[in-house]
Amino acid sequence: MSVLTKHGIKMEQKPLNHTGKMADNKNSNIKIFIKNFNFYYGASQALKNISLDIRENTVVGIIGPSGCGKSTFLRCFNRMNDTIVGVRYQGDILIDGNNIFDKELDIVDLRRNVGMVFQKSNPFPKSIFENVAYGLRVNGIKDKEYLTHKVEKSLKDAALWDEVKDRLANSAFDLSGGQQQRLCIARALAVEPEILLLDEPASALDPIATAKVEELIHELKKKYTIVIVTHNMQQAARISDYTAFFMMGELIEYDITSKIFTKPSKKTTEDYITGRFG
Amino acid sequence: MLSLSLKYRKKTWISRRLKEKLIHGFFFFNGIISVIILLGIFALLIFTAIPAFREVNLKEFLFGIQWNPTAYVKNSYGILPMLVSTFMVTLGALFIAIPLGVGTAAYLSDVASPRVREITKPIIEILAGIPSVVIGFLGIVLVGPIIAKIFGTHNGLNALNGSILLAVMALPTIISISEDTLTNIPDSYNQASLALGATKWQTIIKVKIPAGLSGIIAACMLGMGRAIGETMTVLMATGCAPAMPESFLGPVRTLTSSIAIELGEVAYNTTHYYALFALGLVLFIITFLVNLTSDIILHKYEKVNR
Repeated sequence: MSVLTKHGIKMEQKPLNHTGKMADNKNSNIKIFIKNFNFYYGASQALKNISLDIRENTVVGIIGPSGCGKSTFLRCFNRMNDTIVGVRYQGDILIDGNNIFDKELDIVDLRRNVGMVFQKSNPFPKSIFENVAYGLRVNGIKDKEYLTHKVEKSLKDAALWDEVKDRLANSAFDLSGGQQQRLCIARALAVEPEILLLDEPASALDPIATAKVEELIHELKKKYTIVIVTHNMQQAARISDYTAFFMMGELIEYDITSKIFTKPSKKTTEDYITGRFG
Repeated sequence: MLSLSLKYRKKTWISRRLKEKLIHGFFFFNGIISVIILLGIFALLIFTAIPAFREVNLKEFLFGIQWNPTAYVKNSYGILPMLVSTFMVTLGALFIAIPLGVGTAAYLSDVASPRVREITKPIIEILAGIPSVVIGFLGIVLVGPIIAKIFGTHNGLNALNGSILLAVMALPTIISISEDTLTNIPDSYNQASLALGATKWQTIIKVKIPAGLSGIIAACMLGMGRAIGETMTVLMATGCAPAMPESFLGPVRTLTSSIAIELGEVAYNTTHYYALFALGLVLFIITFLVNLTSDIILHKYEKVNR
């Protein structure tokens, strides 16, 4: 793991989780490896020379003021930015050692492997069942029994099953905002990704629904590598193992969450965390 | 001094109120006049059509298979062949226009580059402005001979020809409204679908078209309304034989053609004359129902999307 030190990330420190106990992921492998990554919307540069790496089965929180490039960064991992006209990038992002910008790589496979949940819950105008089954259906799965089983499992994983099991045929729009967001998580889980990208998943939710989603993220960490963008610093402190602080397209600091929030090494980070700006 | 200014004020107030009233009256008049004219047309249709039924009974009129109002022995006024012809030509047109139109709309909204869309969409909308007589002319000199050659028929003036031409005429409406519908579908659906590993194609078929289905149906209904009421094109291209149509390759005569052909030569205030107005009434009822349905669907769609 000689590459790690090159990026100035202190991997020799044992990560701590939010409870202050030793995190159980000290031996986990690097899942996502980002090196000298630059991103441009037309002429304006949105991300400047980002290098960091994300370990398997950890939660990485990305914080920073609005417009700092957090969401852009997140959307690079499943190449959702490709849908925008006029974007450009330089540098590498490797997932399990494979460069995701490789011309040989099938973008559809990438997106199956890297699930995403958006800021605003966006269920399809279909039934609850069909929403979860959608990802499987587009993957060509027709077996009714398998679909039923998989939908149930995904809804259970997203802690939504008990609330919807009697009304799977109802429209997804009948659900509350928090339920819709968990439905979107279930929908993403159904295709069995390894990485889960969450773009401010709780920003439109009330505190109770937020707590449920956070609890869920904590649970999902066991199976998935999670990258979460959040506006809410308390949330980052509560749920992430590592925190990356972005400002104006630059990665200011990336470290174990407890360290970022207690003794950040950069003045800017401290100012942001203590609420002096942003 | 004070009283003077009050007096002055009062005067302007009155004139302002008068002006306001006049303007109000002007716009009210404009609004009411178009409603009155429309109601007048409707009343004319009904009151001129009713006398036809003194001689012809309604059942015979709707289900009779012979239309021969100038026979030597007994006149017959069955409109069934024309109804069948009208629906044949219209449904044939929709059969061609819907897949083509929705496909084009999906292409324009999701696949085409902004530049292509900017150029193509206005051109398609201009297509709606081509006079129907020009399209009918194309039917006679272009589509007809091609059909005759392919199917080995005597001439190409038949229901199929009419369907093809009406499809061309309905396409701009179908494409334009379907494209608007597809473009207005929230991008979040698109993003969610792509993020789940669906291809662009799967996203269009499985998410976008179902989400915009009511808008697309309404577009098709509006296209259908246009096709049913179209006269000149079908008059020129369908052969106009007033008999029960046998197939798409046989000549047909629609409701509109019959009115256009016969009304110029009919004697006033005869049963034949009234019967032609009854034809118009039937046509009016059909187009009214089609437009009403599309309006209801479109309205429902707007509510859902809000």
